[in-house]
Amino acid sequence: MIAMTYENAAAFAQTSGLLYFAGIFVGVCVYAFWPRNRARFEAAAHLPLTED
Amino acid sequence: MPARSVSKHMTEGEIGLGLSLLVGAFLCALASARAVDAPFSIHMGLFALAGFAGLAALVKRYEGRPAAVPQEIAGKPHYNLGPVKFAVVAAMVWGIAGFLVGCIIAFQLWAPSLNLGIEYASFGRLRPLHTSAVIFAFGGNVLIGTSLYVVQRTCRARLAGDLAPWFVVLGYNLFIVIAGTGYLMGVTQSKEYAEPEWYADLWLTIVWVVYLLVFLATLWKRKEPHIFVANWFYLAFIVTIAMLHSVNNLAVPVSWLGSKSYPVFAGVQDALIQWWYGHNAVGFFLTAGFLAIMYYFVPKRAERPIYSYRLSIIHFWALVFMYIWAGPHHLHYTALPDWAQTLGMTFSIMLWMPSWGGMINGLMTLSGAWDKLRTDPVLRFMVVSLAFYGMATFEGPMMSIKAVNALSHYTDWTIGHVHSGALGWVAYISFGALYCLVPWLWNRREVYSLKLVEWHFWISTLGIVLYITSMWVAGIMQGLMWRAYNALGFLEYSFVETVEAMQPYYLVRALGGVLFLIGALIMAYNLAMTVAGRTAEREALSGSVGLAPAE
Repeated sequence: MIAMTYENAAAFAQTSGLLYFAGIFVGVCVYAFWPRNRARFEAAAHLPLTED
Repeated sequence: MPARSVSKHMTEGEIGLGLSLLVGAFLCALASARAVDAPFSIHMGLFALAGFAGLAALVKRYEGRPAAVPQEIAGKPHYNLGPVKFAVVAAMVWGIAGFLVGCIIAFQLWAPSLNLGIEYASFGRLRPLHTSAVIFAFGGNVLIGTSLYVVQRTCRARLAGDLAPWFVVLGYNLFIVIAGTGYLMGVTQSKEYAEPEWYADLWLTIVWVVYLLVFLATLWKRKEPHIFVANWFYLAFIVTIAMLHSVNNLAVPVSWLGSKSYPVFAGVQDALIQWWYGHNAVGFFLTAGFLAIMYYFVPKRAERPIYSYRLSIIHFWALVFMYIWAGPHHLHYTALPDWAQTLGMTFSIMLWMPSWGGMINGLMTLSGAWDKLRTDPVLRFMVVSLAFYGMATFEGPMMSIKAVNALSHYTDWTIGHVHSGALGWVAYISFGALYCLVPWLWNRREVYSLKLVEWHFWISTLGIVLYITSMWVAGIMQGLMWRAYNALGFLEYSFVETVEAMQPYYLVRALGGVLFLIGALIMAYNLAMTVAGRTAEREALSGSVGLAPAE
């Protein structure tokens, strides 16, 4: 059992925060650059120009 | 769908809204009669009047409307443009009012006696009137108007709801009237950019939830499978403002029949909540919403696709995840714990990356269309707005660094920074969008006169340059004078000497503001002529367009 000191709480918050944000960022990048999504995003970039 | 003859009858929505307006108006009239202070009585009277007027409008609309409004006509979506038109006109009117009040208080700083000794014209009351008029009345109507337009077009679906979109635009503008008249009467909860008192806040909450529902329901019934990136930014704006508004305005009224309330938070907690709200109002109201405008209107006007849609996805998620943490940089060297200050500073610096990623994405959308900058002043407004966005989002992170903030905080450098963002970025991208939208909404080929757009552009750009350069000089000088010590370790300058030193810069700033106001008046004339269906002779401007060589 780890004692609930300021240092321990800060270390936990900092580490989990780092992993959480870095994980989400990597996830977003993977989604954005996933080869199968390419055509969909190419079409979406033209969306304002193709509407009627 | 087989054609059916539909007999006209009141919808459940019409009956429900009508009854709510009737009951609400009577309750407000009652509250007005029993109010414990005069401003509350006036405001409840206004609410009651608005309720009865809304009821009358509802009945009149029912008499005039067809039995059923089609969702599509000849296979094409039947877009709902009435509420958008209202928001566009309201934005222009409030914009001019807000810029005018800004000029008045700028001159008051130069010559304080210009408040004429009357409470209603004092700086303390006019300043929130200015900030709310430009941010929430002008900016808010631009955001509501463009979002209700863009979500329909990019979803290829008519706006969800029949009365709800009208309730949103009219209800929002009623909130603006209540807030603005409140400031003049001295009603404020003294939270910057969140001054309206509890009853106005409650009303805005209702309006905002309906706005969110209209937006979500329109996304829900979309014909286009992909949700376009602009709609993501609009949604982030709507959802986050709902959250910020609800938390920051948690307050307990002194009386249910009076205007005064006290916030539930106190001390440094209150300060942190306030600037969590305040900076995210910048991040999600003044940035995310207007980035949505960028992602739709820049491609549209440049007739080019978005430079990188992948970048726009990374831009979105990075921006929304980082902005929410940046607020504590408003509280450097205060009672806020040091680690929280550092956290705010760190996230502010990291924000530079998504901000510039978005700016680059907007600018590079002009790839292959850069020549249009020479001939199209509307596109120039948008591109210059992105340049100012880049500048302000570099300056902001820099000012959030504690050592820089030690010099800049509480000085006019902050005011200059805010205005390079507000005038250069927010207002310019809005002007660009409005110059596009008005001809589209009223079925005109182009605005009345592009030459007048040119005049607007150059006059207001000169105004912005005067504004921000004078505030840089004034602010940095002010900061340096405050921290100057003499050989004996005493402060070199008394406070009033620092005030006196800034007077000439205050005059330059006020003149910059007047130029910006003149530009907006030219715009209002131009747009009014466009709506009236007039076309100026395509003078010298178009002469050069036709003959421009491509080499």
